[in-house]
Amino acid sequence: MQRGLDDETKKQLEEDERRIISDEHWYLDLPELKAKENLIIEEKSFVPCEDLKFGRMSFRGFNPDVEKLMTLMNPSDEGPAEEEEVTSRMPADVTDEEMALRYESLVGSMKRKFVKKRERVTDEDVNQNLVETNTKRIFLKPQD
Amino acid sequence: MLSTLKRRVGEVLLPGDEFSYDGDDTISLTEPVRPEKVLCGPGLRRSGDRLLVCKSGVLRHKQPNVFWMDCQQKRYVHAKGETVIGIVTVKSGDVFKVDFGGSEQASLSYLAFEGATKRNRPNVQVGDLVFAQFIVANKDMEPELACIGSSGRANGMGVFGGGGLLFRVSLGLVRRLLSPHSEVRSDLEQLFPCELVIGMNGRLWVRSSSVHQTLVIANLLQSCESMTPLQRRELFTRVQQGAL
Repeated sequence: MQRGLDDETKKQLEEDERRIISDEHWYLDLPELKAKENLIIEEKSFVPCEDLKFGRMSFRGFNPDVEKLMTLMNPSDEGPAEEEEVTSRMPADVTDEEMALRYESLVGSMKRKFVKKRERVTDEDVNQNLVETNTKRIFLKPQD
Repeated sequence: MLSTLKRRVGEVLLPGDEFSYDGDDTISLTEPVRPEKVLCGPGLRRSGDRLLVCKSGVLRHKQPNVFWMDCQQKRYVHAKGETVIGIVTVKSGDVFKVDFGGSEQASLSYLAFEGATKRNRPNVQVGDLVFAQFIVANKDMEPELACIGSSGRANGMGVFGGGGLLFRVSLGLVRRLLSPHSEVRSDLEQLFPCELVIGMNGRLWVRSSSVHQTLVIANLLQSCESMTPLQRRELFTRVQQGAL
């Protein structure tokens, strides 16, 4: 006596179910409307229409960060010829060389502040090279 | 429709004028028929399959198929993707309320800043000026701003201001200042070293090396709206020679 369904009928039922499901999911009743909707696209903003530039700008080197931003954000359509016409920049308060000299001395003095006490006293050669001191005393495990 | 639109580029159109598809479109039997897409910008809207003009102005065109109405107004309507200058009015919990000159205030989440986490909150106070862009801006929902791009970097947005002057101009002047080959901007470049932040909501922020120069630039920009190019150039040369 057969309690369940036949293999064949089972397969048939499964196929029918699958077909019904796939029909419901994929069959849309509005192909024509969809085609028409694509033809007119609405755009609310002026930015893509008129190719507007980025809103932050700086002239004559007043704010160098913003000037860097301007070259990054704006679409680069200016050739190398334009760079020659750049107007004169503002003179910096401190020149780059002075800054480099100041930093050289600063780094050394700050470094000495954080060095441990034993390493602070170092011998220096005539050439101002650091003479190598003895190695640090490490813990020696006591032998039995 | 593309051909009718192109024919009327440069004309003054009024709200109520419409463009429709049927009629003059000739379908050639030899080439495959490709439906032509039309991108309609501000001032034009779609109604069914017709294109309606909803603002009076001059019709402009950009290749290949972009059309929009060039109109003048002072009241800003928010649009997605535009960068504006806002003033922080309320700081409540996780969200700032920012006034950008629209019908309601926009919300700005405190996480929408570069490098902001739940522990590391951005340093924003009530009354600060923010340069942000709209991420949600339609007429049905509350507008939302963000000071961060899609990549997660600020790209020049965020809190600014300190020593500058904020003032209002019309939206047309803002567009003129931001357009690619702008005469106003090139004239301004010759004057003083200065820094400008231009919001699409008609707000401008200027900073220069002295208060006097800042005020001069602000007055010049506000008077640029109602001057012919010739008058403007004269005024700028006078300022450059030190008359003001």
